[in-house]
Amino acid sequence: MNSRSIWVLAITFLVALLMMILPMPEWARPFRPQWVTLTLIYWCIALPHRVGVGTGFTLGILLDVLTGTLLGQHALGLSLVAFLSVQLHARIRVFPFWQQALAVLVLLVVEHLFALWVMGAIDQTPPGLIYWVVPLIGAVLWPWVFVTLRDVRRRFKIT
Amino acid sequence: MLAVALSLVLMVLDHRFAHLHQLRTTLSVATYPLQILAELPVTASQWLQEITTTRSELVSNNEALRAQNLKLSAELQKFESLQAENIRLRNLLDASYKVGDRVLIAELSAVDLDPYKQQVVISKGSTSGVYEGQAVLDADAVMGQVIQVTPFSSTVLLITDPSHSIPVQVLRSGLRTIAVGSGRVNELNLPYLPTNSDIREGDLLVTSGLGGKFPSGYPVARVTRIDRAPNNAFAEISAEPAAHLDRSREVLVVWSVTPAPTIAEEAPEPVAEADDSGDESPAEDSP
Repeated sequence: MNSRSIWVLAITFLVALLMMILPMPEWARPFRPQWVTLTLIYWCIALPHRVGVGTGFTLGILLDVLTGTLLGQHALGLSLVAFLSVQLHARIRVFPFWQQALAVLVLLVVEHLFALWVMGAIDQTPPGLIYWVVPLIGAVLWPWVFVTLRDVRRRFKIT
Repeated sequence: MLAVALSLVLMVLDHRFAHLHQLRTTLSVATYPLQILAELPVTASQWLQEITTTRSELVSNNEALRAQNLKLSAELQKFESLQAENIRLRNLLDASYKVGDRVLIAELSAVDLDPYKQQVVISKGSTSGVYEGQAVLDADAVMGQVIQVTPFSSTVLLITDPSHSIPVQVLRSGLRTIAVGSGRVNELNLPYLPTNSDIREGDLLVTSGLGGKFPSGYPVARVTRIDRAPNNAFAEISAEPAAHLDRSREVLVVWSVTPAPTIAEEAPEPVAEADDSGDESPAEDSP
């Protein structure tokens, strides 16, 4: 992996972080998809020997600072998601799109579940059922994220 | 596993202690460019709106502002005489008078934070003298307090966050209590008032100044619903914040100018006495 691929990877992650804090209308705020998680899952599946738990942890800390949550809340979820995707990468890679989306849904739910546990542990008011719509939106978006990032990877020949 | 343990430790440290403030501030400065980038569409559209306003719009706007200015300065005349009178009366009573409040106008950043926490980012930081715990107002009422400061921006916890409480006073009856955030942007709860307390729907709640974080006398909320169940010791009261928490674009950061505390001058005296009589009465501890 040369320095140019590292830059491309960093830029995709930065764009994902940006999408997490981009201003949205008030009604749409609870429905914001987990862009960072989706991007992380893709790179973990595509380059399991390069991207892993460390990347997930760093991204999580940055996300915590950006969104003002407890330092470590996203880091915990993203590290676990990175670990699971690296473990399952060989299986998820060969799935057809819809089956991939299901696997991704499970990973997204895992991340959300851990965030919910943290919220519960620090006595923050737990969000309503709308909270669980977000992973569904993420799973629906997965094919597009996958195709876009795959094209990026082929275009810049990142291996 | 190491990452999991590390994030758990980080969370505990962040939640229980203040050790990580420095780390968070440093990281916030590092991610500040991202915030600016995220704001860019909003700032660009505002700029575009500004340069494309027509002349007639500007003229009508100007007229409206002129009228408002006239009205406000007329009210201010009355206010000045009242303030002078207030100072005179307080001098008669020998009560200390707060000299006044200094404010700084800050712009609300358009960046979205965690949707399940009531926080906003404002565009002024420690380079402008903003400090942690400072009160933040909008044009109508109290909005919240600063909880984190970086050199160029700071995070404000709104009064409606469940972890936020603000000491208030009912303007009509002078009743003091505490308003706790509900987690919804348009509701505050008043859980500590007995069922028979003197409070009505529509009462205005103002800051009481107790606790020292918020300057006294600023409007906070209006009581919207009172539920006096006879079998409960406390009434269930909710109030609607008077500030436009979800709509304001500009906010005011307040410094209260307080006279030097008189308690500090009195404090050394008992110590001196205790030193003098220290040999005779060892049981009496100096405060």
